Amino acid sequence: MIDDEKKTKRLALVASKGTLDMAYPPLIMASTAAAMGWEAGIFFTFYGLNILDRDKLDRLKVAPLGNPAAPPPLAAVPLGVPTFLGALPGMTGIATAMMKSWMRKAKMPSIRELLDMCLEGDVQLFACATTMGVMGVKQEQLIQGAKCAGATTFLSYAADADVSLFI
Amino acid sequence: MTKAEIASTLDCRGLLCPIPIIKLSKAVKGVEVGAVIEMLATDPGSVPDMEAFEKQTGHRVLDRTEANGVFRFLVQRAK
Repeated sequence: MIDDEKKTKRLALVASKGTLDMAYPPLIMASTAAAMGWEAGIFFTFYGLNILDRDKLDRLKVAPLGNPAAPPPLAAVPLGVPTFLGALPGMTGIATAMMKSWMRKAKMPSIRELLDMCLEGDVQLFACATTMGVMGVKQEQLIQGAKCAGATTFLSYAADADVSLFI
Repeated sequence: MTKAEIASTLDCRGLLCPIPIIKLSKAVKGVEVGAVIEMLATDPGSVPDMEAFEKQTGHRVLDRTEANGVFRFLVQRAK
């Protein structure tokens, strides 16, 4: 019993999406877990791998198309905008700029800053080996600290986790 | 708790999750065991979050007060 209580807790996350809005939750969860003294690891797979890509991680975007939760691009216009207008050229850029501006106003860190906090807290960053193979991503394209690993490695890590989430 | 017993003050006013907890975790590591940190926050989520921090880390939240929308926590390093 006592040993059980002393065991360090572990968080295992899968980050499967590569949009700006979906990059925040896994990094916030993992950095918080590390701050509480937990072990934490994130398996970045499919488009989620973009979060570890040196050239892409600062340019993740918000997709307004097919996202009815996206607010209208003109805050002054109280009417909702039909979601199909998200298909217009430039709408993705506008939605992305809006979210970045909210984040700045709320003094939230950038994705890169959150990744640094995760690394500082010894969060394991697993880069899905299959995604790297399928999408032709080389280790050199990934940030320092990212480790190429397969599902076997992650499942073995997650088997000892107290909390596992798929994002 | 008098001012003299507070080892350091951490101002997290205007900051949102996860920054206050990350800063607090670093601040706790920077003081002696038994020392008390005063933490100021405005995020209402910090109230349940500080309870969870105490439960998960063992560091004790000795006191919690609120005035004009600012929460003040006294956190004591346990180990």
